[in-house]
Amino acid sequence: MLLLQLLWSFFQIGLFSIGGGYAAMPLIQQQVTVEHSWLTMTQFADIMAIAEMTPGPIAINSATFVGIRVAGIPGALVATFGCVLPSCVIVTLLAWVYYRCKGLSLVQDMLGCLRPAVVAMIASAGLTLFILAIFGQSGDIADLNYASALIFVLGLLLLRLKKPSPILVMAGSGAAFAALHYAAEAIKL
Amino acid sequence: MKKKLQRYLTLFWATFQLSACTFGGGFVIIPLMRRKFVEGLGWIEEQEMLDLAAIAQSCPGAIAVNAAILVGYRACGLAGAAIAVFGTVLPPLIIISVISFFYAAFRENELVSLVMQGMLAGVAAVICDVVVSLCGALVKERSALHLAILPAAFVLVRFLDVNIVFIILGCAGIGLAEGLLRSRLERRRA
Repeated sequence: MLLLQLLWSFFQIGLFSIGGGYAAMPLIQQQVTVEHSWLTMTQFADIMAIAEMTPGPIAINSATFVGIRVAGIPGALVATFGCVLPSCVIVTLLAWVYYRCKGLSLVQDMLGCLRPAVVAMIASAGLTLFILAIFGQSGDIADLNYASALIFVLGLLLLRLKKPSPILVMAGSGAAFAALHYAAEAIKL
Repeated sequence: MKKKLQRYLTLFWATFQLSACTFGGGFVIIPLMRRKFVEGLGWIEEQEMLDLAAIAQSCPGAIAVNAAILVGYRACGLAGAAIAVFGTVLPPLIIISVISFFYAAFRENELVSLVMQGMLAGVAAVICDVVVSLCGALVKERSALHLAILPAAFVLVRFLDVNIVFIILGCAGIGLAEGLLRSRLERRRA
């Protein structure tokens, strides 16, 4: 039953994440933290960080991670299978259509209207992660974490101006946060 | 027969390597695939690779998986598609399995937990950067319809808790209607 739920959840994630990369993020969040309580929001944020630091698509990385936590190795296999199944069917069909009629203008029109919606959904999921990063679990303004806020602003500036690899920014953010924490403790002592 | 097996193995190994070495998602894997399958192996033509990339990006699912299906299908038919998907999925499956087994112990370590907390701020910055870039690209399209969809979808998903699936289906419907309407207008004008 659990395996079937995993299969169905990740089938939906595979089916409705259009545009690659971060497009899958809001869907994964909805499935694993809202529809099913498979992960806490912190664990979801962790898997986003891990997915960014390791090779492979975010959707496959999350499928494996969630699958193992929920139902061990069979869970990981079932979730991953569910995630790639819609691709296998639809891509093969569309490739067939493409080689037959070479016309994709209607598909292009559809994607044109999907793109802004996908951006909006990524923004919304990103905002949730931002609140968790800066204000913690409570999301309360009083719980503002100055170190996190500083790292966020510096990271964003660096990304906009110098276009470094996101992996470097994330590794740097992690190291900087730990360094700031220990520095603050040393000053208190 | 032996030659066919050799080709399957080459395909598997190529997709496995590409997937294992691709950090940062689907848009990175397409140029790497081009180098391997167009320049390296010569299985696919230059223009065709561009078309395959467009299909991979228009279909649901991870771009890397979609591109692997297309390349595998082109190289060795349906069996090739299956082999290419397997080769692409295997590296993240192995890596994340290993990580998740250590995750609980790993997460309780104070240093790790601090680093993860800092990385969360980094992820937020990366996503914010991605959203700004995507919005910039949308503005350049100069389509009032697309610009109107962005805030509407944001309000629906953020404040009205509408299921993402309905928003995607709705926008696909709007796009389809727009395309049909325009082709009808063009036909009438002609």
